[in-house]
Amino acid sequence: MSNANREAPPSAGRAGIKRELPEHFRDYRHVWVFIELERGEVHPVSFELLGEGRKLADKLGMQLAGIVLGPPGEATQHAIAEAFAYGADLVYLVEAPLLADYRNEPFTKAMTDLVNTHKPEILLLGATTLGRDLAGSVATTLLTGLTADCTELDVVDGSLAATRPTFGGSLLCTIYTLNYRPQMATVRPRVMAMPPRTDKPVGRVIRHKLSMTEEEIITKVLGFNLDRQSAKANLAYADIVVAGGLGLGSAENLQLVKNLARAIGAEYGCSRPLVQKGWMPADRQVGQTGKTIRPKLYIAAGISGAIQHRVGVEGADLIVAINTDPNAPIFDFAHLGIVTDAIRFLPALTEAFTRRLSPHSHDKLAS
Amino acid sequence: MHIVICIKQVPDSAQIRVHPVTNTIMRQGVPTIINPYDLFALEEALRLRDAHGGEVTVLTMGPPMAEDALRKALTYGADRAVLLTDRCFAGSDTLATSFALSRAIVRIGETFGAPDIVFAGKQTIDGDTAQVGPGIAKRLGLLQFTYVAKIGSIDVDAREITVKRRSEGGTQMLKSRLPCLVTMLEGTNEIRRGSLDDAMRAARSQIVKWSAAEAGIDDLNKCGLRGSPTVVKRVFAPTTRAEKATQIDMTDKTQHDLADELIAAIFTRQPALEHELAFDGGQ
Repeated sequence: MSNANREAPPSAGRAGIKRELPEHFRDYRHVWVFIELERGEVHPVSFELLGEGRKLADKLGMQLAGIVLGPPGEATQHAIAEAFAYGADLVYLVEAPLLADYRNEPFTKAMTDLVNTHKPEILLLGATTLGRDLAGSVATTLLTGLTADCTELDVVDGSLAATRPTFGGSLLCTIYTLNYRPQMATVRPRVMAMPPRTDKPVGRVIRHKLSMTEEEIITKVLGFNLDRQSAKANLAYADIVVAGGLGLGSAENLQLVKNLARAIGAEYGCSRPLVQKGWMPADRQVGQTGKTIRPKLYIAAGISGAIQHRVGVEGADLIVAINTDPNAPIFDFAHLGIVTDAIRFLPALTEAFTRRLSPHSHDKLAS
Repeated sequence: MHIVICIKQVPDSAQIRVHPVTNTIMRQGVPTIINPYDLFALEEALRLRDAHGGEVTVLTMGPPMAEDALRKALTYGADRAVLLTDRCFAGSDTLATSFALSRAIVRIGETFGAPDIVFAGKQTIDGDTAQVGPGIAKRLGLLQFTYVAKIGSIDVDAREITVKRRSEGGTQMLKSRLPCLVTMLEGTNEIRRGSLDDAMRAARSQIVKWSAAEAGIDDLNKCGLRGSPTVVKRVFAPTTRAEKATQIDMTDKTQHDLADELIAAIFTRQPALEHELAFDGGQ
């Protein structure tokens, strides 16, 4: 996006939204959402995308379809049922044993064949490791546009308007895919709100065969190592998150964040500089280049609140900021603020929470 | 073994500022660096070359000043550097970028020998799309492995490779064939310091500079803005919330009083949380 730093892109003449699509794209219809199924589980980002896809489809007066690629069996059937429960009108299904584990070759083949046969107007995928791997291949095969990591999707003059952060989250830009179809976009987990689940009766399932055999696939899966439960930071989906920033002063003081997190059953995280300093692993980073979170409660300790951090936490219901600097940008988007030293305040907060939440243990301590 | 690694020169995003009034990027004086994720890929390429022999060619597409990034890569120990630079590439989106880079890789193959592996970082820190790697693989018809944490083994004669790649909730081990494209995860290895010999060689090295025509690109409709299906329509600053955080008053309070007051404020705003916390937490 080298032209993203100007209000009017150099291609101003070209940037006007053309409504006259080339003839061969005119029958592209409907909004598709890829239902990501890996190792038997649907990634929740797929439901978040169905919620967003529903709005786009309604605006366009089109249908919303889920795309399910998986092996025959219960997990795939469950994914189909869930797609309907979260708002899909129909599901395009490619069911084949060799779609059991994710491999780029058969998934790209299945998806591009589906697109070429059924011609969607818009195709949305989660910006997960799987979704990004697949989206890049599919878009290049189809020679169409793909906009990564969108934070907002809308329909303007009949076209998909995909808004994404640029320059490390300091600015936003709105991108259109003109003259090509489908219009593709990826969205990171937790950026969109989870839509309500309805008990919708089963919809239409349209089956499609995978025109590929195991012999044609060069890549073989040798194995899969599940992350140890303890190593799995489920930050994106945590209800409560406590995070620390440079204001904590040292790697050792991160223990204060972990102690509070443990006391209130929260996940813990950090801002980007801490990962760069090697104080915390990258999978604990909250922000535009780390994880996007939408907890009910977010406590930011010693985090100044640079824009890239803000992009990742804005979806939180309640943001509490603790920082010594009253002018720190975090106070511009936090709901509750305390101007104090997090290193001294965190132990007091941990103790106060423990007292408030477990009155019995407090009684015991007192006696 | 011939390894090609694609790098990008990016502004050091930690040092970018937005103009408070005009909301435009202030790029003056912002230093440029090699995209940090690319360094993990470069290191992996150098290690494979050291173990199996061969050459590492580093490739970038960018303005003439991107030569600095290539020279830096040479100081780390890359054998050869190619700069793809032409005004017709300006405004390329990821599809157009993958086209230009893939043509340059074909030309590199014709000139210096066909690559066995093409490396890239998992994504860049300015675009963050992670799309160019898969795009290049598809354009060249290469097998692709993204988010690779480790190259398990390579058998150059049998043309076999095993990789460990990051996946949701675990690590996938794959066996495949050369040639292929690999994008590397961060934190997979540590970039070497580079020897004095490398530094001197880098200073003297001729960097191969190719225009679009020299790279064998004859269809300019696939380059730059013309070759980009996506169009940036509007750039703007995120709106700020009208009200600032409600400050909890510190006056004459101990840290403990303050903590109690904060908790009361949290539960006033989110009454349901208290029950959930008492149920889940505090154990």
